[in-house]
Amino acid sequence: MAAVTAHQTTQKTLGTANAAGGPGSTGAADATNAAVADHLAAFDAAVAADERIEPRDWMPDAYRATLIRQMAQHAHSEIIGMQPEANWITRAPSLRRKAILMAKVQDEAGHGLYLYSAAETLGTSREELLDKLHAGRQRYSSIFNYPTLTWADVGAIGWLVDGAAITNQVPLCRCSYGPYARAMVRICKEESFHQRQGYELLLALSRGTEAQHAMAQDAVNRWWWPSLMMFGPPDDASSHSEQSMAWKIKRHSNDELRRRFVDICVPQAEALGLELPDPDIRWNEELGSHDFGAIDWSEFQEVLKGNGPCNEQRITQRRRAHEEGAWVRDAAAAYAAKHAPAQTSPQTPTPTPAPAPAPASASAQTSASAQHVEETA
Amino acid sequence: MSSSTDWPLWEVFVRSRRGLSHTHAGSLHAPDAEMALRNARDLYTRRSEGVSIWVVPSTAITASSPDEKDSFFEPAGDKPYRHPTFYEIPDGVKHL
Repeated sequence: MAAVTAHQTTQKTLGTANAAGGPGSTGAADATNAAVADHLAAFDAAVAADERIEPRDWMPDAYRATLIRQMAQHAHSEIIGMQPEANWITRAPSLRRKAILMAKVQDEAGHGLYLYSAAETLGTSREELLDKLHAGRQRYSSIFNYPTLTWADVGAIGWLVDGAAITNQVPLCRCSYGPYARAMVRICKEESFHQRQGYELLLALSRGTEAQHAMAQDAVNRWWWPSLMMFGPPDDASSHSEQSMAWKIKRHSNDELRRRFVDICVPQAEALGLELPDPDIRWNEELGSHDFGAIDWSEFQEVLKGNGPCNEQRITQRRRAHEEGAWVRDAAAAYAAKHAPAQTSPQTPTPTPAPAPAPASASAQTSASAQHVEETA
Repeated sequence: MSSSTDWPLWEVFVRSRRGLSHTHAGSLHAPDAEMALRNARDLYTRRSEGVSIWVVPSTAITASSPDEKDSFFEPAGDKPYRHPTFYEIPDGVKHL
């Protein structure tokens, strides 16, 4: 969510450097390589000092690509995540519960938008991100490929799925990339309501009739293991973890966060009067933490491959919503074009060429004058 | 979108309450200023976070470049006398 997203100049420089750095590089290329080395040193120093990287700073290509991949997946998860819960809006058991659920689903849309905006500061576009989601070229969290079979599932999602998400996301508020960290601060504040409403919903069912209690227990049984899988593969099988931690995109390992989540949930389940479906959960005095049973990673891999219960349904519904909304977007664009003031329309930006960098010896007056830099949407 | 281009990007500034200045909250896409305002209300003030919103086309913002941060901000670097702590005042002198 950064204001200024221009980074084309930086990218251009980088592109040149990469091209020139290949076989047969010349003296000029060596100079460019030296400039890249300087940039890299500045980047590494900023990360090491726990400073934030901002959109127009130089950053390694792989850092940019990793962030786009992660933030896109995160944004997609937010908007796909609207589906399983929206499934119950019309059947919520009271007006109070319906209003809460609508607010929650609206929040998920908002979270998706915060994250798409943040991802766009890295030089990708909203359209590109949605195209990749619809084409299956970018993922969303596998958790949303499970169905919401009963009303209690809305509670289990709030308590366990949003609980796992919060455990994952709180450290992301300190992520090295500024716009992502800022989006996460806003999201984490709002997620807290999501988790509490789910817990309260389950508590009402758990303390209700025998059938209601059974419904709550069944939902927890089905959502517990997929929620643990949300933290990703075990540390020794996680392909991106090490580099992400070095870049301070990630602050804790998958297994560390998963264990933290189990420790949080055990007493919460007791207070709910519900059981976690894992007979191997027990307190480990030595670690000061809970041990728990083995996760069925073959299920995780299957869902990831597209063979979960709802993969097809989720993406089909997403595509259809986008296609069926096309006329609304077109109408709004047509209205805007018709009413746009002739000379100041933001739809027809006239990019100003980026100026040559001011020499170090530039006078204070020159440096202080406004520098026009190309902004990209 | 059949026109195959994103709506323009707008930067959103929110005044959280009277007496405070507008602060950058984030950005969003919208076809025109009016829709940008409405979207900003729905996106950034769902919990009464604001009493006033500005939306500005992102293309209208001129920014300093991170590449020249040293030379650009240098003029202020060697002027510590602009800060009150630069001056030594005898102990016991009050209201100064």
